[in-house]
Amino acid sequence: MDLSIFEYQFMQNAILSAFLGGIACATIGVFVVLMHMPFIGVCMAHAAFAGALFGLWLGFNPLVGAFIFSLLSAAIVGPLADRGELSPETSVGVIFSLMLGIAFLFMGLMPGTKSGALELLWGSILTNTRGDIIFLGIVAIVVVGLVFIFYKEIQATIFHRDMAMSVGIPATLILYGILFLTGATITASLRSIGGLLIFSLILNPAAAAYQLTYSMKRMFLLSASFGVFSGWMGLLMSYLFDIPSGATIVVTSSVIFMIAAIFSPKRKVKGWQAKPLAEVES
Amino acid sequence: MGETVIDIENAVVSYREDVALRGVSLKVQSGEFVGIIGPNGAGKTTMLTIVNGLGKLLSGRVKVLGHYLTAGNGHSLRKKVGYVAQVQNIDPRMPMNVREVVMLGRYGLLGLLRRPGKHDWQVVDEMLELVGMSHLARRPIGHLSGGEQQRVAIARCLAQEPELFLLDEPTASLDWKAQTDILELVKQIHNLRRLTTLFVTHDLNCLPVACDRVVVMKAGLIWNEGSPGELLTDDNLSWLYDMSISEVKKRRGENILV
Repeated sequence: MDLSIFEYQFMQNAILSAFLGGIACATIGVFVVLMHMPFIGVCMAHAAFAGALFGLWLGFNPLVGAFIFSLLSAAIVGPLADRGELSPETSVGVIFSLMLGIAFLFMGLMPGTKSGALELLWGSILTNTRGDIIFLGIVAIVVVGLVFIFYKEIQATIFHRDMAMSVGIPATLILYGILFLTGATITASLRSIGGLLIFSLILNPAAAAYQLTYSMKRMFLLSASFGVFSGWMGLLMSYLFDIPSGATIVVTSSVIFMIAAIFSPKRKVKGWQAKPLAEVES
Repeated sequence: MGETVIDIENAVVSYREDVALRGVSLKVQSGEFVGIIGPNGAGKTTMLTIVNGLGKLLSGRVKVLGHYLTAGNGHSLRKKVGYVAQVQNIDPRMPMNVREVVMLGRYGLLGLLRRPGKHDWQVVDEMLELVGMSHLARRPIGHLSGGEQQRVAIARCLAQEPELFLLDEPTASLDWKAQTDILELVKQIHNLRRLTTLFVTHDLNCLPVACDRVVVMKAGLIWNEGSPGELLTDDNLSWLYDMSISEVKKRRGENILV
């Protein structure tokens, strides 16, 4: 196998992007999985795509559009689901389809070639610039740093929001902080992975880690490792078989999830409970 | 009995169009064990939310542990108030063990940027011992039965070292044995620590015999208060639950009520 390709600058940029994007997305994924809010994440990812096209259409930075749109969708869906006025499925259905509709509307309105738009749809990690990497790096450091600093507040909020409030933790603030970070992560990874695929890189590594451990710290670590591994493995596949990298990254993360689900010790909760305690605790 | 720790005056609370409390006044002394009963929708839970600083007053005045309840100041009050709700639906795969869940109770006290230390874990282990759950300390929380989860919730609450202990139908949806176990535990804790306790229930069978005083609520108002024995007469129950006296008598004959 000829791997001299990895000596090129663009490939090294891609490897670094996959590393940073994998960590940021997979960390956010832990919140999405444990707080049972994949609906909000999907909505935000598609809104980001619509926002990026809006930026392209009007001629400003697509990432600024992506960030604004994803935060707007979180600002709409978050409180709706929070107050329980609508079932989350209903509100996500409406906003999700609206966002895709808007995205394709902007695409239609856009003059000239649509290659920029398609790039945001499928992602193109191989064309990542130094600027993209710096942005991804900042987001990854902020996400991981905040999880580290506010770990106990986050843990309490994830466990039960009302309970967290009742012991004096600002759980609502933490929740909206998490939504904000989700928006930032999606925006930063949009160009690498693409608007249609980004959500899989958020959800799959965390969902796989969730199958494998009863420790939240370990879940964060496993999820980030799966995220990075998906990115690197996907890149390699993409190079070897000459297929789009966004797709191979997402497929790899899905395969990891399937393997984790098959071998999950959590599938046998009943049998596990029946085990003698000493064995369980060791 | 000592000073007044809860002083509610003419509190009115509403959720959008529904008025949940229509001018309620209640005083609770330090160390008292007060039972609050009433049918569903009587405003019992709302009353607890204004005591622990989560509720919003439309009018009236609430003073708890020296804090006046106003918008946005419930935060510091909540750290001093332990709150146990009904059995929660906990994800059986939640990656947290029993010991970590009890530790959550101390997080508010610890404040931002501080990690739990040796002393905190010591308190957690003592509380688990007190509620009889030490042997399950490292089990994933989602694997516990409803009764065990309520014991953990009580331990979490005590780990908070609260000055007030609020229980909101802690025995709802538990089986009879778990219900009586929890009631016994609450009574034991009250005897041991003399914590001011408010115990809300709609189920008369679950009103602890240890209550110093019972408060009867219906339709957002307090209708009566007194000792459990003098208050829970057939006449009162017939009125409270809109049932005929003969029906109350029949049902009380069949069941063991307070």
